[in-house]
Amino acid sequence: MDKWYMVTAVGKDQTGIVAAITGALFDGGCHLGEASMARLGDSFTVMMMVRHANGEKTLRSLLEAAVEKMHLHLHVDPVDGVLHHHVIPNLRISVFGADRPGIVAQVTRVLASDGLSICHLETDVAGTQERPIYVMHIEAKGRESAEALQSRLRQAVGAGLDVRVADLDLVIG
Amino acid sequence: MLEVLTYPDPQLKQVSEPVTAFDAVLRDFVDRLEATRLAAPGCVGIAAPQVGKTIRLAIVDVSSKPKHKNHGRLVLINPEITQWEGFALGREGCHSVPDYTGNVIRAERIALRAFDLDGREQNFEMEGFEARAVQHELDHLDGLLFLDRLVSHRSDLFRRKNYGENAKK
Repeated sequence: MDKWYMVTAVGKDQTGIVAAITGALFDGGCHLGEASMARLGDSFTVMMMVRHANGEKTLRSLLEAAVEKMHLHLHVDPVDGVLHHHVIPNLRISVFGADRPGIVAQVTRVLASDGLSICHLETDVAGTQERPIYVMHIEAKGRESAEALQSRLRQAVGAGLDVRVADLDLVIG
Repeated sequence: MLEVLTYPDPQLKQVSEPVTAFDAVLRDFVDRLEATRLAAPGCVGIAAPQVGKTIRLAIVDVSSKPKHKNHGRLVLINPEITQWEGFALGREGCHSVPDYTGNVIRAERIALRAFDLDGREQNFEMEGFEARAVQHELDHLDGLLFLDRLVSHRSDLFRRKNYGENAKK
């Protein structure tokens, strides 16, 4: 019986990583579910849901050549393979200001204590080397109102950081 | 209740024909279309082609989200957008594309001409959420889905919208 695995590959960014991995999986008779990749600096990572009939060991061996050639770290975990259950975020949180330690921890601690689930998080360090600024965008799902959450977050991070929370209105037509 | 067609049903790609008869049959269809919309959770609009009837008719009602300016329930027959202004990125989903949402650029404000169930011409000016819902539904009449206009699934493009909003203040 086919089983689902979460395949994660991490390494130095280079052209052709996705093609090498997915090509090997396709040639080996695997089926892809959802996938997400990110590139930060010169590092690359991809997570993909892979459905495969012949066990974890065979799945790893399918990817061996590509992993070796591209100097990737590979991680394979059996998963439930839950498709068709996307969580739709309803809040968008933007935090930005002069960079300092603890911004992400302070913000996400508030979110966690309120039971908000983070669907998407992205942060950038912008500005200049002398005066770096930190920019964070989060999409989250939770019951708290945008206004209430914004005031709690502003209190948690203190002055010096801009915090905006807005409803992420979804048109369903 | 009517069955909602889902992508990739080829009927969703058809361009719909103008309504010519404003009669009891049309009223009955609109009643069933509205019942179908109301049965779909969170649905703020529905277009005739979504239930396999390729006529230029849509229902939009965003009054369930009262913080957005709205005109209540609108039955839009042979609608035409006569003016567009500004643009904004927003998240959309569709009952014809289950379990997927994505970011789409739409005009921020529109002027709209449509006919009601009695065949009377009506004109509207709308903005924001309601304008987005109308543009989403009118696309269905031209065989377009929000998938055809998808910009990004990710949030990064929202920064530009935020910047625009702040710049106005």
